[in-house]
Amino acid sequence: MIKWLKANWFYLVVLVVALVLPLIVTNRYYGQVITMSLLFAIGALSLNLILGFTGQASLAHGGFFAIGAYGVAIFTYTLGWNFWIALPVSALLSGFIGLLVGMPALRTRGAYFAIVTLCLSEIIYLVAGNWMELTGGHNGIVGIPTPNPIGIPGLGQLTFDSQISQYYLVLFFLLLTLFVMHRLTKSLRGMTFLATAINEDLSEAVGINTFRTKLLSFVVSNFFVGLAGGIYASLIGSISPSVASVGMTFNFLMYVLLGGITTLAGPILGAFLIPILLEYLQFLQDYQMILFGLLLIIVIIYFPTGFMGLYKKLSDKIKKSKVGA
Amino acid sequence: MLGSTYAIVALGLTMVYGILHVPNFAHGHMYMLGAYVCFFLITIFGFAYWPALAISAIVLAVAGVFLEVLVFKPVRNAGGITPFIAALGALIILENAVVVLWGPEGHRIPNPYPGIIDVFGITMSTQRLLVIGGAFLMIVLLQLFIKKTTLGSTIEAVAQNKEGATLVGINVNFVSALTFAISTALAAVAACMVAPIFMISPSMGSLVGMKAFVIVILGGMGSIPGAIVGGLILGLIEAIGGGYFSAAYKDVFGFGALVLILAIKPTGLFGKEIKGR
Repeated sequence: MIKWLKANWFYLVVLVVALVLPLIVTNRYYGQVITMSLLFAIGALSLNLILGFTGQASLAHGGFFAIGAYGVAIFTYTLGWNFWIALPVSALLSGFIGLLVGMPALRTRGAYFAIVTLCLSEIIYLVAGNWMELTGGHNGIVGIPTPNPIGIPGLGQLTFDSQISQYYLVLFFLLLTLFVMHRLTKSLRGMTFLATAINEDLSEAVGINTFRTKLLSFVVSNFFVGLAGGIYASLIGSISPSVASVGMTFNFLMYVLLGGITTLAGPILGAFLIPILLEYLQFLQDYQMILFGLLLIIVIIYFPTGFMGLYKKLSDKIKKSKVGA
Repeated sequence: MLGSTYAIVALGLTMVYGILHVPNFAHGHMYMLGAYVCFFLITIFGFAYWPALAISAIVLAVAGVFLEVLVFKPVRNAGGITPFIAALGALIILENAVVVLWGPEGHRIPNPYPGIIDVFGITMSTQRLLVIGGAFLMIVLLQLFIKKTTLGSTIEAVAQNKEGATLVGINVNFVSALTFAISTALAAVAACMVAPIFMISPSMGSLVGMKAFVIVILGGMGSIPGAIVGGLILGLIEAIGGGYFSAAYKDVFGFGALVLILAIKPTGLFGKEIKGR
């Protein structure tokens, strides 16, 4: 137990900070920024599964986010379902569409796969913008209800109308995602993911069914981003086709790459630091995105493993110098 | 008509991919930049249409070399998804730089040939006919350059085998820069020819870039005849889908066709097998 604590004290501190954070940050605006960061961290983590751990550059991530978001919007607002039924159904729908699309798309490799998924994301965007009856066209859907309260016997009801309760709701799902990702990537199956990412032909040669491995990773990844999309729709209350835009995918990509690809902490870190950084760079206005593009290029050239890679390099150096002394 | 412009843009893309194995996501944005350069030359500096087109091609060729040296060269040996993340970065910079410099609104280049011609009973505007003719000419010239000149054959040599090309004394860096220059210049020419028909705006690049990718993949990455056939196929699918079914879903048909073709033949119509990339 003590040994475990010693190895993981840092994560425990982070968890405690995450739990008390809404009590410290009372500013409503910052509270909203933090909650959204947590939400996008779920999406970034799921992108990391397919992009980092499995090595397949899926550029349809924003599209699947939108499928989850539109799913919840249509089920709760249009059909009047309970949120807690609509959310898993939407996430499953996102995963299922991932399965249908993945079967042809994952037959392709490398850049081909990236383009196919990019096209797919564009198809989702166009359908969301043009299917007036179902999606409300370019106006989107407004007035999506917040999550239904959960009744706990003996304790009363858990409602999700206040900002703090929404924060904890998102935190819960982030921890759930993190737990699943941790179990998955550390398992034998997770190893097959990594093997596929590193050398697909060799993995095939040692008996890994790379196609099924990639498909599984794609479906799981889309399930979780659909989940994030569903929560997003319910918390924000309105959605438009812009959630399906390529810009959304780019955001996720940025979080994963700048944070640190193929690590579990990296995407979360990215999803936190980048929006905060953007808040500080507000004064740059239009130049903000130019700087962002520049940053992306510099990072990919000089620190291909992102912030976590930099951190690991530094800590290795410190350890080495300690051993030397 | 659209098919032939797509084909030229896609040609540039497929050349770059064939040589450097870099999916240049910023290609569509170079096309956009070409249209802007053309626009400013005509409206502000008062150039005539043809000199503006030529200068725009030269400016973009230089821009292409910069792009290669600054963005793609450092990640050439990185492999995996690294090069196209770099390309995404370049794309974000280009699009937003144009927005900052010249505003997000659309512009229109005055049409140099507003007349209408009757060709075998089909009425067409002169500019549209010009686009088709120009595209055809560009394709022929490019083929001649690659197949008949020494400089052109070095491009083919590097595409076939980089190490081998280095061994026989071809400067791979120079050829890469040259390929980029040709590729972006082609994009600029296509942009200048189409600009009088459509509006130009900072966001025009992404859709064209994506369609160029669809074409390149339809035809098989790195294959020049593939790019031409792919361009015409996409143009036709869009025209038929948009005309007979639904104009709003016109792009869905094109992208849907790509997904279908790849489901049947994962390396495109004319593509070679790619391994471990």
